[in-house]
Amino acid sequence: MAEFWVNMGPQHPMTHGLWNMRVKISGETITDAEPEIGYLHRGYEKIMEVREFQKNVVLTDRLCYVSSVTWSHAYALACEKMMGLEVPPRGQWIRVISLEIQRLASHLMWLAAYGPDLGLLTALLWALRERELFLDLLQLLTGARMNQNFPRVGGVRNDLPPDFDKYCAKIIKHFRGKLDEYKRLMHDSKIFRMRTQGVGRISAADAIDWGVTGPNLRACGVDVDLRRLEPYETYDEVDFEPQVWKGGDGGDSYARFICRFNEMRESCDIIEQAVKKIPAGPYRAKAPRRAEGEGFARTEDSRGEALFYVIGDGDDRPYRVKIRSPVYCTMAATPLMLRGNKMADVVSILGSVDVCVGEMDK
Amino acid sequence: MSGALVSPDLFTLCKVLVGGILRILSDGVLAATPVGSPVEGLRGLGYFLVEDWLVTLLAWVVAITIMVTWAAAIQLLTIMWMERKFYARLQDRYGIMVSIWSLPFWPFSWWAKRRNKPTHRGLGYLQNVADGVKLIQKENITPASADRAMFHTAPVMIASSTILIFAALPFSEGFVIANVPLSLLFILATFSIAPLGILIAGWASNNKYSLIGGMRAAAQLMAYEIPLLLAIVAVLIYSGTLNVIDIVQRQEVPLAASGPLSYIPSWNIFSIPQFIGFAVFFVAIMAEMERIPFDIPEAEAELVEGWTTEYTGMRFGLVFGFKWLRALAGSALVVILYFGGWSGPVFTTLTPYVGGTAIPIPIIPHEVWFLLKVYFVFLIFVWISWSVPRVRIDQILNIGWKKLIPLSLLAIIVAAVFAAFGPYLGGIR
Repeated sequence: MAEFWVNMGPQHPMTHGLWNMRVKISGETITDAEPEIGYLHRGYEKIMEVREFQKNVVLTDRLCYVSSVTWSHAYALACEKMMGLEVPPRGQWIRVISLEIQRLASHLMWLAAYGPDLGLLTALLWALRERELFLDLLQLLTGARMNQNFPRVGGVRNDLPPDFDKYCAKIIKHFRGKLDEYKRLMHDSKIFRMRTQGVGRISAADAIDWGVTGPNLRACGVDVDLRRLEPYETYDEVDFEPQVWKGGDGGDSYARFICRFNEMRESCDIIEQAVKKIPAGPYRAKAPRRAEGEGFARTEDSRGEALFYVIGDGDDRPYRVKIRSPVYCTMAATPLMLRGNKMADVVSILGSVDVCVGEMDK
Repeated sequence: MSGALVSPDLFTLCKVLVGGILRILSDGVLAATPVGSPVEGLRGLGYFLVEDWLVTLLAWVVAITIMVTWAAAIQLLTIMWMERKFYARLQDRYGIMVSIWSLPFWPFSWWAKRRNKPTHRGLGYLQNVADGVKLIQKENITPASADRAMFHTAPVMIASSTILIFAALPFSEGFVIANVPLSLLFILATFSIAPLGILIAGWASNNKYSLIGGMRAAAQLMAYEIPLLLAIVAVLIYSGTLNVIDIVQRQEVPLAASGPLSYIPSWNIFSIPQFIGFAVFFVAIMAEMERIPFDIPEAEAELVEGWTTEYTGMRFGLVFGFKWLRALAGSALVVILYFGGWSGPVFTTLTPYVGGTAIPIPIIPHEVWFLLKVYFVFLIFVWISWSVPRVRIDQILNIGWKKLIPLSLLAIIVAAVFAAFGPYLGGIR
């Protein structure tokens, strides 16, 4: 059969969002691939230049609509570094709690999307069922299920609601049992392992060269977790283990799946510790209206390393903002993972990468 | 001992029914047109109505209508409803709930309002009807660059060949249209016409996804026809006939003449070689039905909707809905070949003496036993397909060629050895 290009996107069930993966197939084997992105480009870096520092949080929330808090937090962190602002400890702890709840919600959304990618619709409904619980927690904390607008330059918007630790403990206890259920449904299944093991392999050196970060890089066996390497907020005070693939042949869809999946357990641990350790006190520092200087923050987003670089020129709005989206860099490496695999593996690979088009196209 | 409601068979019943009606009509006509009256010329109509060929023809029409309505309408809706309800429960949700009270017009809406009934919390049986009505209303789009004739032929081919299965597929020893000697061969032959339609549909749509889906369907179904047929060969060694009704009757005898085993019927699944064959057949028929671990021809994650991508409206409804009819036929085949067909426990027949003769009255007739078993097998299929991911094309072919075919050959050899030497080995089977 002659080789031909197949557009998997922009309107295709494989793409969770609006982008296009062009794959060149010979029979069923992929010989080349080429991601086409930019359908959702909204000019974030430019829009942010005309809004005040605090008001940009509304925008950064919408960078990735399934992981709003983490992105807004990265922005707030960069602004605080520029302003030389110290967030009160309680504010830092609340940030840690909200970040981890958001990471859980985001990972559950990924799990929910990965199921139907492999033809397992049951996983979608099961994962969304538990995501509801964490969205409820976020709603309790921030007042919104989506686009929470919660982190502020200098802290967070509001204090923890009463009895929040009890709700957290209850939901996490319930969720731990459900994680075992997912395990039985997904990676205990032989067919699941047939579909993911050895598929979409990328070597650690390649992954580093192409700028792959986060769980996708940890799946290659590289121990990078910014929460450990460069602790921001109070991550140095909680005890958790970055999920790194320990087996010999990592870097495939299965390793990425396992790393992400186990990260959910770690997030549960972090939340449990954080609600216990949180001190009393103020949760927000007064941020100056105008600022001058450079702020640079990188955080461990749900999908990898999120980076914000903010320059202020003494005005009340940033002079320049640069966003580094982890998915944008990972997407460049996907042709490497795709080549040589079968066409059905496109979904298995790109699903495990966890694409979020909002942050990719900025 | 007959436990079937439809006995001795559907055609005879229809012929009695149609013959009776025509006889009454004929008598009426003859009475209304006495000899010597001005309308005497119409007496010929009265004699014509009781012509044997006309009665036979009409009886066939009625029998086929009953069968198609029963299988392609009632059973199709029922198993679609069962699947949607069952996997909804697997997924922790209610599933379809449209019921008769959801109908938005009098008298249902009026009655629902009056009795304060919840309008969308019923059993959901009517949801598939509603979906069908919606699909009929939709526009039938033919892609500009499609091969029009072939594009329109494929759904007809798929649908008609699937209905053709029910010409020979029995629901009990009487509830069958045509009891032909080689009915099993006929069923399997008609079963494998649809893949050709799928290939045509995939090619004629002139769409890359459809083409890949059609090609996958061809490769997959070719790989799975062979173990399917080989597994049946093992059954044939035991039953010695290709007639499905005879195959079931061979399974109705008890496993042993006396002792505790005499309460167990000699279903094929209770024998060693047939169990291997059953495993092969189960997997292969699942692939033939294109259920989820093997639904790569329309893998919606990577191929949008596979070979059905370009079909819209009721044409899509046809090609989509007939998968369930194939599932019904497949489950029925599993039951017939391995689960003893319609034979149920012995206590289902009452034999009261009426006027000195024993008249068997089935409490639970054979048709009901058969449907219960079919639903059970179908639910196992559903259960499997909603709890495993989809297998990849190369893996599917590996399973078919490298695992199922050797296994089915093994089943044949063991069945042959047991059939030849079983009596000398203590009646092992």
